[in-house]
Amino acid sequence: MVQIDNQYILTELQDKFGERIYNSYEPYGLLTIELDKNSIKDVLQFLYNHKELQMQFLTDVCGIHYPHVVGKELGVVYHVHSLINNIRLRIKCFMPIENPAIDSATFLFSSANWQERETFDFYGIIFIGHPNLKRILNADEMDYFPMRKEYPLEDGTRTDKDDSYFGR
Amino acid sequence: MIESLELNNKSEKTDYNILNLGPTHPATHGVFQNILKMDGEIIHETTSTIGYIHRAFEKIAEHKPFYQITTLTDRLNYCSSPINNMGWHMTVEKLLGVEIPKRVDYMRVIIMEFARIADHLVCNSIIGADTGALTGFTYVFQWREKIYDIFEEVCGARLTTNIGRIGGMERDFSPACMKKMHDFLNDFPKYFDEFTLLLERNRIFMERNIGVGAISAERALNYGFTGPNLRAAGVDYDVRVMNPYSSYQDFDFMIPLGTQGDTYDRFVVRQHEIRESLKIIKQALNNIPEGKFFADVPDFFLPPKEEVYNNMEALIFHFKIVMGEATVPVGEVYHSVEGGNGELGFYMVSDGGRTPYRLHFRRPCFISYQAYPEMIKGSMLSDAILTMSSMNVIAGELDA
Repeated sequence: MVQIDNQYILTELQDKFGERIYNSYEPYGLLTIELDKNSIKDVLQFLYNHKELQMQFLTDVCGIHYPHVVGKELGVVYHVHSLINNIRLRIKCFMPIENPAIDSATFLFSSANWQERETFDFYGIIFIGHPNLKRILNADEMDYFPMRKEYPLEDGTRTDKDDSYFGR
Repeated sequence: MIESLELNNKSEKTDYNILNLGPTHPATHGVFQNILKMDGEIIHETTSTIGYIHRAFEKIAEHKPFYQITTLTDRLNYCSSPINNMGWHMTVEKLLGVEIPKRVDYMRVIIMEFARIADHLVCNSIIGADTGALTGFTYVFQWREKIYDIFEEVCGARLTTNIGRIGGMERDFSPACMKKMHDFLNDFPKYFDEFTLLLERNRIFMERNIGVGAISAERALNYGFTGPNLRAAGVDYDVRVMNPYSSYQDFDFMIPLGTQGDTYDRFVVRQHEIRESLKIIKQALNNIPEGKFFADVPDFFLPPKEEVYNNMEALIFHFKIVMGEATVPVGEVYHSVEGGNGELGFYMVSDGGRTPYRLHFRRPCFISYQAYPEMIKGSMLSDAILTMSSMNVIAGELDA
């Protein structure tokens, strides 16, 4: 019986994927890897089928936007959980804002369906292979992606409020 | 259910009825729209439309100081707001690395378990109401009110509680509050037993519910089910036990499990969870340690008013907190709590600013509700209503 900890997961992943894992760190004890976005399908499948790890529960999928990081503006953050070993892993894939496309995780997890639709809805990230990629929470007619940082919370044309002291 | 599925396969009908169930339908307890393709009374295909009460909480959260986000979490699963509030406080505390006094942990556990009881009571009594047994509903709803009285005693609000603060509780339990809690623990079980007698082994109720809206453990896991819905399918995943937070490891309680994953199992799992919650509250009340009801985080925990008026440091901290000027470390954190209907997760990325850089709520309803079309395929319309209420889908959490 091997000791399943962050180090073990990282070694297994690096043995298998090597260069495709760009970076890894452990904020607050949760192993986080930055991954080449083209490998997401392979990595999720590998973690799912791995005999010891059995990371078969997709906890969460969400997007994130870093407008100042050129070439890696948009990201998708996956949280996968091995219920057998009770260990989590966070996977981040970044992509340029001109072509935000990544493979869908729906081939493996049914739960990814709506979560990816939500991410598309908020950030405009295209999930290749998704069965029904359209907006989910916002109206279909919306022509922008509201969670991107350039979109203000309130109507920018308003002049009756001065929020500069409130950091908005 | 199996029979009706076969019926569907045999008949090569092409003329289906389209039924628009919702968005505001009295039987769906919230704003849900499902467009059903029906073959007679049998559901052939379902298209769910959600987002009718989407309020862009994640966007708003990027513009609010940390303490103001608590009120957003209230409005996720509004049947058990205190759990959401506490989950959020704990997420920020995890980011800050605050040591929380044991007394606060116990107080939070008590509040959270009361909230869980309220949540499950609503869900289970509504399953009863949807099967036509309205009596149970009227029996237990007064007890939900009494739980809200307790919340009112602690924080002043009933439904959207904004209970607790980052770093502790806003005030200690008052003697009146303690009395209400003990009264509840003394009186409620008798009424709850009556409710149980009304429904749990009631032949009509059982026949109405067994086999309705069933889902296998494999499918449930694949769909990301958590909480009572997953446990009804037979998977013993409970965040309180797997990743104990707020001193849950101190308490002795069981995780009720179902086997079939159907409406009846979900009902029974919730029934037993209420009993386990009562056990936890009793243990916590009996063993609650003495001490402070807040941690030492002057940057986040408001000082008492008399100090604000008479003490310069307290005034400065008060001002900084209210204006949201407190500094936080850079980092990212994921924290999850066992909410009323599953793992409620908070994924927060902080860039050291006064607001989160990114905050994502992992809403259990949102993730499990996508299995709904699969669960009701081939069943009757009335079963679909029952399945929805037994999944305890809360519109506020679904749409965030």
